[in-house]
Amino acid sequence: MWEVHVATADEMVKLGRCMAAYLCGGDIVALYGPLGTGKTTLIQGIAEGLETTKRIISPTFVLVREYSGRLPLFHVDAYRLEGIDPSDIDWQVSFSEYISRGGVVVIEWAEYIKQLLPNERLDVFLSHESVGRNVKFLAHGERHSKLLLDVREGWKRLCKE
Amino acid sequence: MVVLGIETSCDETSVALVRDGRTILSNIVCSQADWHKHFGGIVPEIASRKHVELLFPALDLALKEASVELNSIDGVAVTCGPGLISSLAVGLAVAKAICAALNKPLIPVNHLEGHMLSAFLADNELDFPFLCLIVSGGHSELVYAHDLGKYEVLGRTRDDAAGEAFDKVARVLGLGFPGGPAIDKAATNGSPSAIAFPRADMGGSLDFSFAGLKTAVARFVEGYRDILADKSASQYTVPDIAASFQEAVVDMLIQQTERAIQMTKANALAVVGGVAANRRLRQRMNELTSGYGIKLVIPPIILCTDNAAMTACAGYYRLERGLTANLDVDAIAVWDLEDVTVSHLPPKVT
Repeated sequence: MWEVHVATADEMVKLGRCMAAYLCGGDIVALYGPLGTGKTTLIQGIAEGLETTKRIISPTFVLVREYSGRLPLFHVDAYRLEGIDPSDIDWQVSFSEYISRGGVVVIEWAEYIKQLLPNERLDVFLSHESVGRNVKFLAHGERHSKLLLDVREGWKRLCKE
Repeated sequence: MVVLGIETSCDETSVALVRDGRTILSNIVCSQADWHKHFGGIVPEIASRKHVELLFPALDLALKEASVELNSIDGVAVTCGPGLISSLAVGLAVAKAICAALNKPLIPVNHLEGHMLSAFLADNELDFPFLCLIVSGGHSELVYAHDLGKYEVLGRTRDDAAGEAFDKVARVLGLGFPGGPAIDKAATNGSPSAIAFPRADMGGSLDFSFAGLKTAVARFVEGYRDILADKSASQYTVPDIAASFQEAVVDMLIQQTERAIQMTKANALAVVGGVAANRRLRQRMNELTSGYGIKLVIPPIILCTDNAAMTACAGYYRLERGLTANLDVDAIAVWDLEDVTVSHLPPKVT
């Protein structure tokens, strides 16, 4: 578990870039938080760090956008899936396809598909503060715990610079 | 020439027949919206299964309504991207099968090019070059269409699409889905100047941004939730918020479009995509274009939402120039307009 305060949108992009430096194919990042807490902004930073060639825009309408970069990036958005009956769909199939393609999977509005998320993942909770945003990380599984440690150390170094 | 169009990029299954790129013989659109409502949204796997079920009946209906035999068509135009891969793949597979069986040319079409050229179906006189504003649930782009396959993207959204902002704000206001018509309706009883929501400053660029506005509305509503519930005590009503939000979106679209008109000296403007149905946007676009004395084309709603007539229309212009493809063409999830060329093969999936 790690918590960080992010003051501006630029800093949120920087945090995303920092995360990208340690992401490996098969990593799953699940983002939670209400409208306007900076989820898409964080992913824009991750995409920059992964050197995707296209600009990241919201995938709400199409549910998932694929980008190619240092690693393939699958940007999933479950906003339109609120209230879904998890027994009706098999997202595991999609997630395993993305993972088998060596990609990083980032999921916005993960709270709406909680029961469908892979067990091993990095949870990121975003919330409003009076100034800026609060970002809380929680890792599940060995690989994602290592990822979280790396991101945390990387961020500390960045902030000292 | 009669072109068969197939469009399955998202959750509408559509088949159309269009003569000479301008005359719609039939345009069958099966919306899966009611079906997906049951699940609370679009589920890719379910969408593609539904496309499989609906595509052949839609094809039969389109041929019957147009009184056209399948083997008498001149080509098959199909949307290859951008969109949901699993959905696009269904339309593309059927298009390829028809082409292989009947030896017809296959014409891959970019979904956004289809949207732009839907203006040709709405206005017989319109021709290249023209300025086009694409505003839908998934896209917000300002494009100068020099010629077929020569599209200059002048600006696009940096975050949320305009239609998406409508949907999300409607949800915050408890107005339901789809958000566009709900906001439009609620706004008629509100004051557009009740609340000064922020308009993003895009510097000199022609890009759009709606995320900040969306957040501002969400936080405003959060702060007023208790007060809004008590109608007598509230200084603002839900219609006021809807109208003020709508005005902010329309202001941004108008401002950037006006700058594009000045920059390109375009003498025709097309506004396409689902958000083009918004009455306030239509009114303001009318005022804008009359002020500049230029032509305005806003297609009817059936041509603004996803449909195969636009695909067939774009297909006709490509076929006319011999721009057909081999049967090994792939569906592609991300396919920007600037990557659409005259030769127009979708970029290979890497």
